[in-house]
Amino acid sequence: MAEENKVKLHGMWASPYVQRVEIALKIKGIPYEYVEEDLVNKSQLLLQYNPVHKKVPVLIHNGKSICESLVILEYIDETWKNGPPLLPQDPYKRAKVRFWTSFVEKELLENVLLVVRSEGEAQEKAIKVVFEKLKLLEEGLKDLFQGETHHIDGENMGILDIFLCSLFGAHKAQEEVLGVKFIDPEKFPLLSSWVTAFTEVAVVKALQPPHEKLVVVYQFLRQKALQPSAAEVEVKEGVYVRSLSRSHLPDTLI
Amino acid sequence: MEEVKLIGTWPSPFSSRVIWALKLKGIPYEYIEEDLSNKSPMLLQYNPLHKKIPVLVHGGKPIYESAVILQYIEDVWPQNPLLPNDPHERAVARFWVQFAENKVPCIWRLFRTTGGEEQEKVNKESMEMLRALEEHGLRDKKFFGGDKIGIAEIAYGQVAHWLEMIEDLVGVKLIEAHTFPYLHAWTKNFNQVPLIKENLPDYGEMLMYFKRARDNFLTSRGPGM
Repeated sequence: MAEENKVKLHGMWASPYVQRVEIALKIKGIPYEYVEEDLVNKSQLLLQYNPVHKKVPVLIHNGKSICESLVILEYIDETWKNGPPLLPQDPYKRAKVRFWTSFVEKELLENVLLVVRSEGEAQEKAIKVVFEKLKLLEEGLKDLFQGETHHIDGENMGILDIFLCSLFGAHKAQEEVLGVKFIDPEKFPLLSSWVTAFTEVAVVKALQPPHEKLVVVYQFLRQKALQPSAAEVEVKEGVYVRSLSRSHLPDTLI
Repeated sequence: MEEVKLIGTWPSPFSSRVIWALKLKGIPYEYIEEDLSNKSPMLLQYNPLHKKIPVLVHGGKPIYESAVILQYIEDVWPQNPLLPNDPHERAVARFWVQFAENKVPCIWRLFRTTGGEEQEKVNKESMEMLRALEEHGLRDKKFFGGDKIGIAEIAYGQVAHWLEMIEDLVGVKLIEAHTFPYLHAWTKNFNQVPLIKENLPDYGEMLMYFKRARDNFLTSRGPGM
C-alpha cells in the first residue's frame, strides 16, 4: 500500500494558474498544504523550487518540485490514479483535449489579457480577436463531443474544463471591468452552458474568489498596464490586492 | 496497423520533430510534402483551423500541433519511449517541452531582425533562453533525460540545427563552446545520433531556402521598419 506522501502547493490566491492546480487536487481528493506566496517578495523556497521562472504554481511532492500548471495537472493525473481521470483514455480524444487546452492557453487567454491591458482602437482589435477565437472554440467543443452531452460535475472535470474554468470562471468580473460580454449564451451556447455548469461545481465554488475581489484584481491589472508610471496607484492597489488574501475561503473566520 | 501519413515540409523543424519520433519508434508512414504557397485540399480538409503543417493522419483521423502529435505518438506506440518512466522525470521532460514552446520562438523573431534595438532585444531574450537550458535543463548531462535522446531533444532540435542557419543569416553567434559549454556539446551529440543525422535537412539547401524567405520578408517589410 502506497504511503500518502506530503503534497505542498505554493500559490497566490488571485492566480488562475494556481486555481487550476487546486481544482485538480480537490477533484482527486488529494490532501495538500497550501503556501501563499507574496509575489513582490518571493520566498527562498519558491526561488529554489522554480529557478527558471520563479513563478507559482509550484507543486512539491516527495520533496521534489513540479512547475507549470499543465505539467502539474498531467503529473497529478499520472500519480494519483484513484480519483477521476483528468484526461480521456482514448489517445485520439486525448490529443483533441490537449489541442484545445493549448488553444485556450495560447490563443484565448493571451488575447483576453490583451483586452484587459489595452484601450481604444488596440482594445477594440483585441476584443474582435477574442470573439473570433471563441467562435472557433465553440465549433471545437461541438466536434469534441460530437452530439453527446458533456455533463460537468465534481466527478469528471478534465484538464480542458479546468483551463476554461480558470479563464472564464471570472467572466462576470471581466464583463463588469471591461464592458464586454465574452460568455454570451446567444453567440456561444455550448461554451456558455459549460461555464455556467462548472461555476456551480462545489469544488470550484469553494475556490473561486468572490465577485467583488475579482473586480478589484481585473481593475488592478488594467491600471497597472495603462498607467505604468502611476507608481503610487500601483503600490496602493497592490497592497490592497495582496491584503485581500484568501480570507474568502470557508476555512477561515474572517 | 492503421495507415499513418505525415503531411509536412522539408525545411520545417516542426515537421522534422514528427519524423524523428516516428523513426525512433520504427513506425512506418507515408510522407507527403506540402507546398505552403499553394495549400492542398487535403491539408485544408485535415487542418481547417490553422491550415498548417505538420499534420499526422492516423487511420484517416488528423492530429495537428507538433507538441500534441508527439504526445499522441507516445500514447499510441509505447515502444522506445520518448518520456522517462519515473513520474517526476516525466514532469521535468514535459516542463522543458513547454519551455521550448514558449521561449524558442524568439530565435525565429531574431531571424526576422536586421539590427538595431530590436535585434539587441531579441538577441538578449534568446541568450536568456539558452542560459536557462544550459544551467537548469542540461547541466552536465549528455542529453536532457540522461544518456538517450527523448522528447526534450525532439523539442529542441531547432536549437541544434536551425539556429546555426539563423546565426549565419543574421550575422550573430549565440552558442559558443566557451559561453555555453554544455549546450554546445549537446548540439554536436544530437546531430551525430545516427537516426537524427539521417533525418536532418541538408544544411546548404536549408540555408538557401531560408535566405530566400528572409530576403522576401525583409523586402516586403520595407525600409526603416
